Amino acid sequence: MTALKTSSPELTGPILTTTQLEQVSRLASSLNQQQAIWVSGYFAGLSQQAPAALLAPDAMLAPGVGSHEAPAAVPGTRLTTILYASETGNSKELAGSLADAAKAEGIEAKVADVADYKVRSLKDEQDLLIVAATHGEGDPPQTALDFFEFLEGRKAPKLPEVRFAVLALGDSTYEHYCSAGRRVDERLAELGAERIAERVDCDVDYEDDAEEWIASIVGQLVASRPESDGAATNGAVAVPAAGGVSTPSAFSKKNPFSAEVIDNLVLTGRGSTKETRHVELSLEDSGLDYQPGDALGVVPQNDPALVSTLIEKLSLDAEAEVTVKKEPASLTDALTGGFEITAATPRFLEHWAELADSAELRALCGTDQAKERTAFLHDHHVLDIIDRFPAPGVEAEQFTAGLRPLQPRLYSIASSLAAAPDEVHLTVSTVRYSLHDLERTGVASGYLAGLTDEDATVPVYVQSNDHFHLPDDDAPILMIGAGTGVAPYRAFMQEREERGADGKSWLFFGERNFRSDFLYQVEWQAMLKNGSLDRLDLAFSRDAAEKVYVQDRLRARGRDVYAWLEEGASVYVCGDATYMAPDVNTALTDLIAEHGGFDEDGAQEYLADMRRNHRYRLDVY
Amino acid sequence: MNPHKETDRSRDRSQPLENLIPDETMKATSNYLRGTIEESLADEVTAGVTETDNKLLKFHGMYQQDDRDIRDERRRQKLEPEYTFMVRLRLPGGVVSPSQWLAIDDLARRYGRDSLRLTTRQTFQYHYVDRQNLKTLLQELRDVLIDTKAACGDDSRGVMSTVNPHLSEVHTQVYEIAKEASDHAVHQTTGYEEIWYQEERPAGEKKAPLKQVASDDKEEPFYGKTYMPRKFKIGFAVPPSNDIDVYSQDLGFIAVAEDGKLKGFNVAVGGGMGRTDRAPETYPRLADVIGYVEADQVIPVVDAVMSVQRDFGDRTNRAHARFKYTVDDKGVDWIKAEIEHRLGYELGPVSPYEFTSNGDPLGWVTGEDGREHCTLFIQNGRLTNKPGSLLLDGMRALAEIHKGTFLCTPNQNVIVADVEPADRPAIEAVMKEHGLGEFGGASALRLNSMACVAFPTCALAMAESERYLPELVTKVEGILDANGLREEPITIRMTGCPNGCARPYIAEIGLTGRAPGKYNLYFGGGFHGERLNKMYLENVGEEAILKALEETLGAYARDREPGERFGDFTIRAGYVAE
Ligand code: SRM
Ligand SMILES: Cc1cc2nc3c(=O)[nH]c(=O)nc-3n(C[C@H](O)[C@H](O)[C@H](O)COP(=O)(O)OP(=O)(O)OC[C@H]3O[C@@H](n4cnc5c(N)ncnc54)[C@H](O)[C@@H]3O)c2cc1C
Ligand SMILES: Cc1cc2nc3c(=O)[nH]c(=O)nc-3n(C[C@H](O)[C@H](O)[C@H](O)COP(=O)(O)O)c2cc1C
Ligand code: SF4
Repeated sequence: MTALKTSSPELTGPILTTTQLEQVSRLASSLNQQQAIWVSGYFAGLSQQAPAALLAPDAMLAPGVGSHEAPAAVPGTRLTTILYASETGNSKELAGSLADAAKAEGIEAKVADVADYKVRSLKDEQDLLIVAATHGEGDPPQTALDFFEFLEGRKAPKLPEVRFAVLALGDSTYEHYCSAGRRVDERLAELGAERIAERVDCDVDYEDDAEEWIASIVGQLVASRPESDGAATNGAVAVPAAGGVSTPSAFSKKNPFSAEVIDNLVLTGRGSTKETRHVELSLEDSGLDYQPGDALGVVPQNDPALVSTLIEKLSLDAEAEVTVKKEPASLTDALTGGFEITAATPRFLEHWAELADSAELRALCGTDQAKERTAFLHDHHVLDIIDRFPAPGVEAEQFTAGLRPLQPRLYSIASSLAAAPDEVHLTVSTVRYSLHDLERTGVASGYLAGLTDEDATVPVYVQSNDHFHLPDDDAPILMIGAGTGVAPYRAFMQEREERGADGKSWLFFGERNFRSDFLYQVEWQAMLKNGSLDRLDLAFSRDAAEKVYVQDRLRARGRDVYAWLEEGASVYVCGDATYMAPDVNTALTDLIAEHGGFDEDGAQEYLADMRRNHRYRLDVY
Repeated sequence: MNPHKETDRSRDRSQPLENLIPDETMKATSNYLRGTIEESLADEVTAGVTETDNKLLKFHGMYQQDDRDIRDERRRQKLEPEYTFMVRLRLPGGVVSPSQWLAIDDLARRYGRDSLRLTTRQTFQYHYVDRQNLKTLLQELRDVLIDTKAACGDDSRGVMSTVNPHLSEVHTQVYEIAKEASDHAVHQTTGYEEIWYQEERPAGEKKAPLKQVASDDKEEPFYGKTYMPRKFKIGFAVPPSNDIDVYSQDLGFIAVAEDGKLKGFNVAVGGGMGRTDRAPETYPRLADVIGYVEADQVIPVVDAVMSVQRDFGDRTNRAHARFKYTVDDKGVDWIKAEIEHRLGYELGPVSPYEFTSNGDPLGWVTGEDGREHCTLFIQNGRLTNKPGSLLLDGMRALAEIHKGTFLCTPNQNVIVADVEPADRPAIEAVMKEHGLGEFGGASALRLNSMACVAFPTCALAMAESERYLPELVTKVEGILDANGLREEPITIRMTGCPNGCARPYIAEIGLTGRAPGKYNLYFGGGFHGERLNKMYLENVGEEAILKALEETLGAYARDREPGERFGDFTIRAGYVAE
């Protein structure tokens, strides 16, 4: 109650309309303390899985929807979670005994192996009890590495609302005695969590010490039951933060947000013929908001090496002033951030033909030379042209006048805000190729590949993609993607998992080699295991003698695919536009004809009809 | 069952499955080791198999493993571990014909990343085999009459047999018996042929076990549905060589010969190495020699002894399920009586015998039949082609011209056996060409060294072994030279964890892994495997190990008595207790 009152002033301004504010205050004044706690907890809960739930009005009816039961939805109890990090089972066993001891005191605790624990729920915890063993040379157990990496990494949330205690298992004959337990204990405190009890380090004869610790912890929990100290410490009595209700962001394509790179790793394993990266960016404080299916615009910069090569070859002054978007800038800055300087355009060709006074280039500009021109441009980029056709004494401004402005690149978003709040993930295939014995990289993908140091940032904006959003939660979805085309499906499945959507899902994924190129393999395996993904079909084109592609797998599964379509499944196709999309389209037409008993036109009409009803959606590039 | 004996049955096979560990239920419900292996082999989403099927695959002689060098890298990449399979051949006594060698080599090149691994139990292992190649691999092995039955799992493992190069008639007879014992004691489920050879329930004619110990089970007349509580290892030693470390076997046979003819065997029971650090209830144990039997009694004895372990072994705790614990729990006398009861007669008194070494005498020797044999030192049993050492190619070249046999030794070496004197020059030429059998001034300690596989394939490894021992030995050789001990045979054995796959607890110098770069150091093992060693340092790194060796080897060089072995010395000098 008080909580609501005191903080309501913050709620004025842009966040709530005056009418909304009136409604809230009216509600507030009508609530008794318990109700107030419940309601606030309920909103806090909602804010966890916004915007999704806020977009689905029916979600409003039930408390505790989505990512995490709204903590205080049930008044008067604290959420108790017991985590264990175990390799040989001792910690697991102790976590069990701890839970039993708590239960005996009427405290229902959730017990989980940190390996299966959704680290993102950490901030929703209230009483967090951890039993952690140390292995290797003072390392956490294998299965706990992800958890430790998150906890000790920059992505770890502040935990002011959390109370915790740690039991450390170890072996005193090791140099780094119980170091894993010590690390969790120290880190949780660092993140602002409140230590309920001092950590206890147990040697291999841990039984007695552990027993004592369990007893004292349970004692503590009982003593601090909310009944006894009201809801003061109750983590959920915080008013929904502004983040809960999405406000239009100040950032856009014109004014991109400079996002911190929080992770940037190569997904493709050793021996891969590709380099596909997973890039995680932070949207914290950007107010940027997106839906699964949307894309992220990345504003790249050109490779500085290429910039200086060009300047040298043209023997220009790096500081020479040129105009970019009507603004003055140094040549270096202009070529770095203002213009496309890799692939050349027909316009550049014409422009340079004159500057270099080259008959050969002029010839290529002829209207009847389209084919030759394309071929020429394919293997002659700006650098190659100025190299082969010098234009002595050319001015900086003359050169840039022929270039087109540097374009942002789009990348399908591979994450869901519900699963990764304040983050956006990309799946980027680095374009690398060699031309005239010179190694070259794609502008944006190469730029992103280079953003690996701690404080790297990249200018981005959200490009919403309405035609590629998820259908209703209960509708089946068929996701077809090759290579990076799988990115949006990761976002889809994260979203559906968080929302507990019950619609069936089926993924067709294709790449080159199983061992190295099965992008997000372990995540798909986990989803299959927990049932959120119903079916997964794979096509690896370079593992066996005969090449198999997603369209072949579609055909092979034709009967079932058609059955899904008949059940109202939405079909998504993402990735390569040149070959995959058309081939998939043909495969779909064929299987519809075969299993639906249509002639070709009939089948095409069937697909066209799906498209009209937004059940056949493409996002190809 | 023996009516006269009262004994605790609360942890053995007589209990309902729900009172035993899940593994027992797993075996019982596996439809004789079939499980869902076929389905697992077909699962496209992973390169591995389910946990249960992996356990069952062991009975078929293979293990799912992953390249631990890149496990963490792949975890970050959101890729599953790089799963491949280890396949172990069943090769009683380690005898291989040249044509078999060529086939085995060929398969290693096609499916095993050009690597063959000679094991401490006289056979080969393939590593890095992709799941989809397993069937072809096993079918092609079958074409040369080799299978992988029971090479791993809770059953009778590869049967060992002394390969003393002086190949006497006795050795040949003992080998024949060892082979018969292996064929007799392996499981008989036709699931193996169905899965790997794609044979529709073949009518495998079953070996009949000793009546009084047979189970009423059609598919597994001896084992029944739950097989053994744990692995069970049989070995035959022919004195004076104890190369097979007969005291480390669950069931050991020590050949007794009379004027060049095999007469019978002394029977040893309850040996085993495996232990777990800081778990004193687990320990290595040397077998007890309990009596003597006639040569023609080996198979009945195998049935009788195995059935005692089958029926009384602890099935409630795998860490306590080996025969050695059954023997200690029930007492040797009780076990002996139970065996005799099942045999229907009493064992004879132990007949005297003497062992002199558990190592391999390297180089050429002439057998009593005038044929020649050459033992080649293969460091840690690894046959690969590396720049400067083309071992795999070299052995292949030998196999192409050799007319005799190859013998895999229990010390991970190979004997080129049965060479007609006339053929020796040709054989030697090939050896020379490939640097085989040239030990390059290696110390006697190196030639008596063994290391288990450990990283990167072994799932249980805590520290390096095969990849590390050679360099450690190089450093130790410095110490040996400083003390004039280069020619002194001293056994050193290293394992990457306490399981003891290289039988480190009977080495004069034993090293067992605790964590990356950290080992327990043991001293005092008997030179011919008659005595366990004792822990001298716990959980220490290389520096401490070298320091300890410097001190003890130095003292040994100074203070040893004539002919005194290093192991015996470390005890006399009080470095470790007897
Ligand atoms: C290859 C070999 C070591 C070598 O360098 O040659 C080996 C390798 C493995 N042993 Fe062993 N053992 C090997 C001889 C031994 C021996 C020596 C012997 O039998 O003479 C022992 C000690 C004797 C004994 O059994 O007590 C041995 C005791 C173990 C144990 C501990 C058993 C115990 O009762 O505690 C394990 C772990 C287990 O079974 O739980 C084990 C398990 C393993 C496994 C399969 C690891 C696993 O279970 O996942 C290792 C596979 C590593 C790899 O990547 O290849 N291995 N293992 C030997 C194969 C022998 C063969 O051809 O069958
Ligand atoms: C809606 C949408 C979503 C997308 N989603 C993703 C995604 O999720 N992941 C992803 O990786 N990409 C995605 N893309 C593609 C992405 O936007 C970029 O096009 C891609 O990363 C290449 O951009 P770049 O700047 O790195 O390469 P550029 O600098 O644009 O290089 C591409 C150019 O390089 C030249 N080139 C390439 N290879 C050769 C060669 N062998 N010889 C000669 N010249 C060559 C060609 O001129 C080609 O046009 C998406 C695109 C769209 C439109
Ligand atoms: C390979 C290995 C390495 C270990 N390293 C350490 C260590 O560095 N420090 C430590 O305190 N304990 C170490 N231990 C001991 C374990 O932490 C201890 O056995 C604990 O009880 C295991 O708990 P768990 O069964 O939950 O994994 C190690 C244990 C093993 C098997
Ligand atoms: S001793 Fe341990 S590390 Fe070495 S092979 Fe055996 S199980 Fe693996």
